[in-house]
Amino acid sequence: MSDFKTPIYMDYSATTPVDPRVAEKMMQCLTMDGVFGNPASRSHAHGWAAEDLVDTARDEVAKTVGADSREIVWTSGATESNNLAIKGAAHFNQRRGKHIVTMKTEHKAVLDTCRQLEREGFEVTYLDPKEDGLLDLEVLKAALRDDTTIVSVMHVNNETGVVQDIAAIGEICRDRKIVFHVDAAQSVGKVIVDVEAAKVDLMSFSAHKAYGPKGIGALFVRRKPRVRIEAQIHGGGHERGMRSGTLPTHQIVGMGEAFRLAREEMGAENERIRMLRDRLYDGFKDMEEVFVNGDLDQRIAGNLNISFNFVEGESLMMSLRDVAVSSGSACTSASLEPSYVLRALGRSDELAHSSLRFTIGRFTTVEEVDLAIEQTRAAVEKLRDLSPLWDMYKDGIDLDSVVWAAH
Amino acid sequence: MAYGSKVMDHYDNPRNVGSFDAKEAEIGTGMVGAPACGDVMRLQIKVGTDGVIEDAKFKTYGCGSAIASSSLLTEWVKGKTLDEAKEIKNTAIAEELELPPVKIHCSVLAEDAIRAAIDDYQSKQ
Repeated sequence: MSDFKTPIYMDYSATTPVDPRVAEKMMQCLTMDGVFGNPASRSHAHGWAAEDLVDTARDEVAKTVGADSREIVWTSGATESNNLAIKGAAHFNQRRGKHIVTMKTEHKAVLDTCRQLEREGFEVTYLDPKEDGLLDLEVLKAALRDDTTIVSVMHVNNETGVVQDIAAIGEICRDRKIVFHVDAAQSVGKVIVDVEAAKVDLMSFSAHKAYGPKGIGALFVRRKPRVRIEAQIHGGGHERGMRSGTLPTHQIVGMGEAFRLAREEMGAENERIRMLRDRLYDGFKDMEEVFVNGDLDQRIAGNLNISFNFVEGESLMMSLRDVAVSSGSACTSASLEPSYVLRALGRSDELAHSSLRFTIGRFTTVEEVDLAIEQTRAAVEKLRDLSPLWDMYKDGIDLDSVVWAAH
Repeated sequence: MAYGSKVMDHYDNPRNVGSFDAKEAEIGTGMVGAPACGDVMRLQIKVGTDGVIEDAKFKTYGCGSAIASSSLLTEWVKGKTLDEAKEIKNTAIAEELELPPVKIHCSVLAEDAIRAAIDDYQSKQ
């Protein structure tokens, strides 16, 4: 066991603990007395048993997202799914066109994949969101060209929790026969996912954001109308040739079970989490200069991304000894740049630096929320006492008018 | 990234937080950094007639390492002459606080702050 005393967890958007019920099922697929066989072993019962479990899990994932089992491809996670979807579709369709449209607020797995395609000679348009984080459909339409082959827009944003209207976007893409990819890593268990209703062609899923294990995900690849992608990993032709590699039974079983629970328990769970999140926000509402980042309504229940003006994010987190959260502050990233998502929403650098992201989930309690409120309020107060910017604000100085001596 | 104990100490018990009246002749004020960078330090010194720094105060908007760097600096400059204070190197601050490479720039900003404060004081004389 580590030496660190672990704090209260409020970083569910970064990852989730595996639900004990999921872990239980996974452990039955590891050792000699369990189902450890290679699902591709056609010739003996070890293989058949494993294949059976994989099929069941595939069905559960398909059911949760409104797809057919044959449309689910197992990957190592949403990052790989995003790579497979975008590169796969871009390469397959390149004779038709080499233009891709996405948003500035996408996850790095999408943005970096697009950058790589740009290096290969593709053209990518990165659209700005509105201030509330949502994509303006007119802006999207204006960006589409005759040579546009793919549009990629995430369903739920990992930083702000904002939910895009993917059905409306799907409608537009289907009309123009453009492949529509959606990164739904943060969606399952939080919002309804229906690939049919949203007219989605490719959709990325992650297990570890839904109380499943890390290292496993899936890609939905539509059969009707048929969507074709070029495989990125070769070697054996697994998953209908789209993704080679021995299927990890224990991981797949974990994801299947996690997605089943998500589907069955989402309604009740969301209600409880929303109540807790609102309680958390209520704890800060009476404070001065506090801003919620992203639309409050079009948002998942468990996310509170909030900026406390004139206080820097990392120093805030240092004060939150007993609470684990993340921040859009540059200090917390390896580069020294503030959150590009918050910047894309039009937030000033200061507010991006001053942001905290609380994401609560299945195991969060009322006591934990109350403690987080207490510690956060105390920290903000203390740091504002320390802050020259707070002084200047109190003195009525307009910070935008100041000429700073940055080095 | 666990925080160094010295940084935590300055963060929990910052020394010399506050401000002087910047208009007074004996006060030098250095304000460096920018909100856009996530780091702003305001360092103020009170200089006696003998050219020795009698007192120092600071306020910082920034991460724990930035707060610690400026707090430490206010401790160090007290009792020094202006020339001695000008000699303080960011590397000394970084070493004392055991700053990791990614936080060295916080100590550089602190060094800039004391220089700016001294310059401001001297320009008033």
